[in-house]
Amino acid sequence: MKSSPIVQLTLARLREFFREPEAVFWVYGFPILMAVLLGIAFREQPIERITVDVQEGARAETATTALKAVQKFDVRTCEDATCRMRLRTGKTQLVVVSSEASGPGFDYLYDPARSDSVLARKETDDALQRAAGRQDTFTANDREFKEPGGRYIDFLIPGLLGMSIMGGGLWGVGFVTVDMRIRKLLKRFLATPMKKTHFLGGVMISRLCFLIPEVVVLLIFAALAFGVKIYGSVASAAFLILLGSMTFSGFGLLVASRAKTIEAVSGLMNVVMLPMWMLSGIFFSSSRYPEAAQPLIRLLPLTALIDALRAVMIDGASIFSQTSQVVVLAIWGSMTFLIALKIFRWQ
Amino acid sequence: MPNAIVCRQLYKQYPGKPPVDAVNGLDLTVGVGECFGLLGPNGAGKTTTIEILEGLLEASRGEVEILGMKWGQADDAIRQQIGISLQETKLSEKLTVLETLTLFRSFYNQGIEPAEAVARVSLEEKLGARVGKLSGGQKQRLAVACALIGDPKLLFMDEPTTGLDPQSRRQLWDIIRSFKDLGRTVLLTTHYMDEAERLCDRVAVVDHGKTIAQGSPRELIASLGGEHILDFSVTSSNGNPALTPTNLSDLPAVRSVRMEDGIYSLAVTEPHVALPALLDRLRQMNQELSNLTTRHASLEDVFVTLTGRHLREESSAS
Repeated sequence: MKSSPIVQLTLARLREFFREPEAVFWVYGFPILMAVLLGIAFREQPIERITVDVQEGARAETATTALKAVQKFDVRTCEDATCRMRLRTGKTQLVVVSSEASGPGFDYLYDPARSDSVLARKETDDALQRAAGRQDTFTANDREFKEPGGRYIDFLIPGLLGMSIMGGGLWGVGFVTVDMRIRKLLKRFLATPMKKTHFLGGVMISRLCFLIPEVVVLLIFAALAFGVKIYGSVASAAFLILLGSMTFSGFGLLVASRAKTIEAVSGLMNVVMLPMWMLSGIFFSSSRYPEAAQPLIRLLPLTALIDALRAVMIDGASIFSQTSQVVVLAIWGSMTFLIALKIFRWQ
Repeated sequence: MPNAIVCRQLYKQYPGKPPVDAVNGLDLTVGVGECFGLLGPNGAGKTTTIEILEGLLEASRGEVEILGMKWGQADDAIRQQIGISLQETKLSEKLTVLETLTLFRSFYNQGIEPAEAVARVSLEEKLGARVGKLSGGQKQRLAVACALIGDPKLLFMDEPTTGLDPQSRRQLWDIIRSFKDLGRTVLLTTHYMDEAERLCDRVAVVDHGKTIAQGSPRELIASLGGEHILDFSVTSSNGNPALTPTNLSDLPAVRSVRMEDGIYSLAVTEPHVALPALLDRLRQMNQELSNLTTRHASLEDVFVTLTGRHLREESSAS
């Protein structure tokens, strides 16, 4: 009875991993924790309340009454210094001032760079004008449009998926390989007739095995908790996830190919991951960076993966419209893998 | 007798400033069925030599033949037939003994079942235990079981008992002996002279990357000229002229004399002849005996005679 070495090597990796509870938490629990926290932080507030302070003065009473008549306002009357302090610290969005100089009207004190203050100014002005007798020329009807796909959480989940695929590839392959080198297990394997391709195959296959629950758990959680859906084809998304995982496993193998200590490999992994964490648009669109940097940012594998995942998951795009991203991923993956194989040190 | 290992004029230089010659023209021949020991202090080049023979390191120059094959030409064929126990390997702690052995078994075309491998190293009751729960001696026996799983013709063991308690050492010796009883070959390195004496058919004494003596432990000890050693010391500073080795070398049955840290060691053929003569001589020279023991000569004495140093001493060459 002799089983296949590649199966045994894969099994050994899976067993080692699932018998290490901390590792299981970091790989599977962490992305979910992140999705929960960010989902809560950026949740939609159903009715936007507007906080307005009315400064004590001649017609403060008029303004307060007019604003209190409209439901969405939280109104407060305070003296000048308190109002300014509350505005500065963001506790109120707008201060209504009624001075002698302003005649029958009001002064609005606010920061025009704050979007919530700009909104408050508009709403407050409308309310006060109407109370003073302004007639609207027509009645507008508000119709709600609220569909999954356009929310922050819909944007975030493909980003988190990409981040988790990158981290999993680098840690899952890089860290484990260096650990085996330190324990001289690589050397011990080298002393057997084991084929090197079997070893590397085992590392890659076990990585893909870890990936499936990782991705599925995050997607199911996002679907149940936030109603996040995949608008494009599931097969396209699966293809991208698989390709991305192979690419970052290549990176993992490359950072691990020579490192002799855990510190060295951790440093290398951070060198690889940090720029992509910041540039590749996990939490916000990478288009916020200057135009000149865009071609470079688009060449990063994580940008390619996340952009393509967003296109498929949110816009429902087909995989064939994402050729450039697929090519970027494939080139990075094969290059890192080949270099890693060439310079890999077994002992 | 066909040879399991032949190695001629082996050199290994590590780059550095200055370059380090770890192995410096080493010759070795190990016959099939032999248990052969490389004996030497730390840093003598034992591990470098065994790793070259195992195909894990490349020699700077020299010839190596393993079971009639050469590295670089028949690597897989050699690997299928040899078993290796490295100086230190940390097997995966989370795997069980059975899983570890099944993994290693999968690398070999032919071999023994994990159950048989654990039986050979007396770990049957630990088959389902995690490697992390094993004691040091049990881990070492598992490492040997991993070396045996491919049913090798030739077993390499680098310092197999270093750091083990006496009972575990004896268990390992038994494992090695029963492997040898199957007619298989063993090459081991050690810096324990008792291990080499009890286990090995032949040993090569290695120092500074060279073999400085080769033969059976008995032959090497016999080369001292006397199989017994008289160790004694005298009380110093009683006003008499100091005792020097030359004062003693003409005594009957004494073959060699050395003095170290105030202890004189005489290699003698017949203690019953040498001892009375020694006592007479001391009396003549008015020396006061403070300590006297007799023992059988060991490989340690061989090494000290050849190099002037002890096996366990830290060596400057590494």
